[in-house]
Amino acid sequence: MKECMVRLIYCEMLGYESSFGYIHAIKLAQQGNLLEKRVGYLAVSLFLHENHELLLLLVNTVVKDLQSTNLVEVCMALTVVSQIFPREMIPAVLPLIEDKLQHSKEIIRRKAVQALYKFYLIAPNQVQHIHDKFRKALCDRDAGVMAASLHIYLQMIKENSSGYKDLTGSFVTILKQVVGGKLSADFNYHSVPAPWLQIQLLRILGLLGKDDPRTSEVMYDVLDESLRRAEINHNITYAILFECVQTIYTIYPKSELLEKAAKCIGKFVLSPKINLKYLGLKALTYVIQQDPNLALQHQMTIIECLDHPDPIIKRETLELLYRITNGQNVIVIVQKMLDYLKESKDEYAIINLVGKIAELAEKYAPNNEWFIQTMNAVFSVGGDVVHSDIPNNFLRLLAEGFDDGEEDLQLRVYAVQSYLALLEEEDKLYPQKFLQVMSWVLGEYFSLVTDVDPEVILTKLHSLLKKTFVTSETKAWIMAAVTKIASHTSCSKTVDELIQELSSSLDTCLRQYAFELKHLCEDKALMKSLFPFDASCTDLVVDASLSFLDGFVAEGLGHGAAPYKPHHQRQEEKLSQEKALNFEPYGLSFASSVSSGVTGRQSPTGLSFGSDTSGNSAETGHKETNTLKLEGVRKLWGKEGYLPKKENKTGKGNEPQAVPCGSLLAGQVGEPPALQPDQGASLSEEDKEKQQLASTLFVGLGSSAGVSLMGKADTATQKFKRKSKINETQHLSEEASDLQNSAASDFGPLLDTVPINTEDSEGSMHVRLRKASPCSSDNVEDNLAFETPQSLRKSMLDDRLSSNRLSQSSLFADSNIEIFQPSPSAQCESASETPLVPSLPEELEELPHSEVVGLCQSDALALHLCKVWTDDSLLLIVFVSNKTTSALCAVNLVFEETEHFQILESTTSQFPVIEAQSVEHCQKGMRMNKVCTQAILSGSVGYQSEMETRLEFSVTLSLMDFIRPMEMTTEDFGKLWLSLSNDVKQNIKMSSCQDSFSAALDTLQRKLKLHRVDIIGNEGILACQLLPSVPCLLHCRTHSGMLALWFRSPCAALPDGLLYQCQKVMEES
Amino acid sequence: MNEGQLRQQTWKIHFILLFSRQGKLRLQKWYTTLPDKEKKKIIREIVQIILSRNQKTSSFVDWKDLKLVYKRYASLYFCCAIEDQDNELLTLEVVHRYVELLDRYFGNVCELDIIFNFEKAYFILDEFIIGGEVQETSKKTAVKAIEESDMLQETVEEYMNKPAF
Repeated sequence: MKECMVRLIYCEMLGYESSFGYIHAIKLAQQGNLLEKRVGYLAVSLFLHENHELLLLLVNTVVKDLQSTNLVEVCMALTVVSQIFPREMIPAVLPLIEDKLQHSKEIIRRKAVQALYKFYLIAPNQVQHIHDKFRKALCDRDAGVMAASLHIYLQMIKENSSGYKDLTGSFVTILKQVVGGKLSADFNYHSVPAPWLQIQLLRILGLLGKDDPRTSEVMYDVLDESLRRAEINHNITYAILFECVQTIYTIYPKSELLEKAAKCIGKFVLSPKINLKYLGLKALTYVIQQDPNLALQHQMTIIECLDHPDPIIKRETLELLYRITNGQNVIVIVQKMLDYLKESKDEYAIINLVGKIAELAEKYAPNNEWFIQTMNAVFSVGGDVVHSDIPNNFLRLLAEGFDDGEEDLQLRVYAVQSYLALLEEEDKLYPQKFLQVMSWVLGEYFSLVTDVDPEVILTKLHSLLKKTFVTSETKAWIMAAVTKIASHTSCSKTVDELIQELSSSLDTCLRQYAFELKHLCEDKALMKSLFPFDASCTDLVVDASLSFLDGFVAEGLGHGAAPYKPHHQRQEEKLSQEKALNFEPYGLSFASSVSSGVTGRQSPTGLSFGSDTSGNSAETGHKETNTLKLEGVRKLWGKEGYLPKKENKTGKGNEPQAVPCGSLLAGQVGEPPALQPDQGASLSEEDKEKQQLASTLFVGLGSSAGVSLMGKADTATQKFKRKSKINETQHLSEEASDLQNSAASDFGPLLDTVPINTEDSEGSMHVRLRKASPCSSDNVEDNLAFETPQSLRKSMLDDRLSSNRLSQSSLFADSNIEIFQPSPSAQCESASETPLVPSLPEELEELPHSEVVGLCQSDALALHLCKVWTDDSLLLIVFVSNKTTSALCAVNLVFEETEHFQILESTTSQFPVIEAQSVEHCQKGMRMNKVCTQAILSGSVGYQSEMETRLEFSVTLSLMDFIRPMEMTTEDFGKLWLSLSNDVKQNIKMSSCQDSFSAALDTLQRKLKLHRVDIIGNEGILACQLLPSVPCLLHCRTHSGMLALWFRSPCAALPDGLLYQCQKVMEES
Repeated sequence: MNEGQLRQQTWKIHFILLFSRQGKLRLQKWYTTLPDKEKKKIIREIVQIILSRNQKTSSFVDWKDLKLVYKRYASLYFCCAIEDQDNELLTLEVVHRYVELLDRYFGNVCELDIIFNFEKAYFILDEFIIGGEVQETSKKTAVKAIEESDMLQETVEEYMNKPAF
């Protein structure tokens, strides 16, 4: 039987009728042994659907199995319940399933929660009383149960987010734990902790934080954390990032997060992987209304995507454009959409797009001609699949008109003219809806066009009526138009002809029209009053209750006629006769039919750009911090209004140092005006085209202030303006405040408040300081001055480190770190070669770290490295600086795997794009896998310029990079000492300067980062650990000028390595 | 993004199809109720759409108001239909996780495994996804659950196979 059932499932899958076996599936589930039961349940869940009659027969089996003592049976029953279950039978099993929530086995608890979720979905009211049990499930000690309960919460919060605000804290905590990797490792997916759980939580948070500043406040931290943690280059992390970005843009905005999220979107959009690109576009589409500037940043990519071979990308791009449409770019965008429409064959896509075009056209039409023409295109391309709202809205717009009567008139005249022109072409087939629109407009407004004889119009309509492709519905429209026209002309041959023809038509409707027309023609006065001109908007009073028929009805009833039953009542009666057992409550079928009839198009999404203060300030802040990276993009765009402000800032940032080293600076100023003509000349024709397209597309996005300047202003004037702006800033350079004022007054609408501006200028000062340091030889002094506070700051780190650096000890000598104060000339040279020397991000600068050293460089790109010694790993910070004046794409940094080192997370880093003259950095956590005194880690960086270029580099890492002091007490030391097996003993000679024992220990402590546990007489104990946590203990003793070292460690190689380091240190000092 | 859109937002897989490069259906699971005729039509349509796509395009296709997310593993296509608002990348990973589960259960899974043990493939799917939503993300637990019931199955089988006389 079991085999039969399996085969039956297979047959069903192949598409054969197998409903005869359904009952056997239920029987198998009911009567079979475990093995058969399982197949039976499976077959039931595959064969039957929610409302299948046979499902009732399953209830008893389920109840029986739920009470079974066999776990597997309970599991199977719960699984099937959470897939399909008849709604009306829920009460029968509900108490049993509730009991299961307390079951000792996690899997049963989890499945019980799933079953309850299913119940919640099909009958939310029935599980209302157990909401507190859901809470218990949320706090379950098993993560699986908790995860299952999140489904319920997501659903409940979706329906009513305000009721669950108090749980925000819990969700945040859970997410924090998940992100922090506190869950057991088997929830990991490709070493990402429980991604599905994360995403579920992110969605919940998004729903909770929407429009709620206070709740959003709670989740900022964890969102930031999630963004930060999702670093690995894998699909799943991108999925999480995507969700994160969505959440961040859904909740009450916080500028920092928005900024980070925007960066993330950049990563997506610029990715060479098509899937990621698509998601990036999707994210952009989602956020674009809040942050239109993002579109500006990615203009080029968007343009490229418009011509992408994959239709889904194209469509998403159009969706994106749809959301940034405004009065200025509407023509181009609609044109793009129409182009796509012409290629597309998918009905859904057409309906969707046609609706959007119509909406945009109505909203932003720049002039009448364009509007009518676009609508014509919509009707002819969209054909008959267009939603009936579109023609209706269009006609209403025509009829009701705008405020301006003159305008209306023109619009109507133009419409009539264009339709006449279209009808001129004899054999063209137009969609029915379009014909209907045409005939209505012609009928209504023919008289506005004075130079066309109504007779001509009538002939055209007449010929249309004779066409076979015209449906009878359209014919009715045409007849109505003919009637209207006829009422305003004295007598027409065509009309007479038409009446003659149609009076014998087989179509009763047309025949009726013809007769009506005939009679009306005989009574012109009546006709005139029936069809007044341009009265389509005047309200007609209609007696909807048909009260004038009351007498007739009463008479009918009096003669014994059955009383009238409304349509739905009749239908119900019919239905109930058809079905012996009707489980559906009455009235439902009617309700659903009504609602389906009423469902309209989505209400037009408001296209107003986020203009609330916070949104704006967020945008501004974002833009400001990114200024330097944006250069490339901006150059291509020439967006006035947006651009001068940035220029302003660049000028501000660089100007003070421009005086001492003007020529050197040329390469450094983000975008020297002098470079521009060359740039323009070298651009290929195609690029220019794209730029042009882009400038038309993205016009009017950046700011409201710049709007009037854009669009038509040619590049020459733009250039001029830019230059003058720089000049201006240079004049003003001494007075930063003046500058700010001018910036504020010039670009008032963009900068909401002056305080923000001030902050920005501070930021740029910071940048200047950093940039100044490597800039020129004149600046060495400056440089030193700049270093000083840095080293002051570093006094926070262990003094041994700083002393290391000062004494240039050998500790780092082999790691080719140039420590401090390279000779001025060298720096000068390096400055001219590499205008960009990166500095550490602030949060890392606090930590002990090495100098930033160059790894390798080419014409286009330079690599710098800095080691940061954190408590739990060695961080390699790699800076990739783009030295060119254009953006570098797809920069890929790869470390080769070695046996010695383990790179946490992934060995590669990708920078989708590095803007001109800017520095990107990535950080890699490192661990030492195999102990060695030092080893080389090599890698390469590849990037795309004209061709694929690859640069090799190598880094030397020493054992000491991975050694950290280990704090412990003397007693702990004693215990640990005894438990360790590998030991190494060695006597080394103490040099003369370290005559005292404590001095020697100091040296060791300082240079080797050992922790001095205790000193007892002439014996000392020290402890350290190799990351992550391999301890190594050192016992040392002096006797007769020798230092006896005794190492112990669980790792055999570690004492040897440390001994070597000790010897080296002692010899050098 | 507006209120209405957000409310409609659901994150549910509508159906999962497995089919071979030759267009033969290997597994189907529906999480929405549709008449059989409709299902057959949809399957035909989708198989055709996906097989005709070239390798270089993205793994996502617009289909009616849904989105198809598909991935090819050897000769088998795994295809999920999700809602427009859902996370496509995540769905790709759902597919991948399912393949991993199959792989773990069968040990180097191939198309034949699924043809000959397709009820097992269903069991695993049911353990992993319920009602179109991912339920058990722990690989270990999911496979363990299947194996546990398998084990019971074996013992019962052994028991049944004992000669009764």
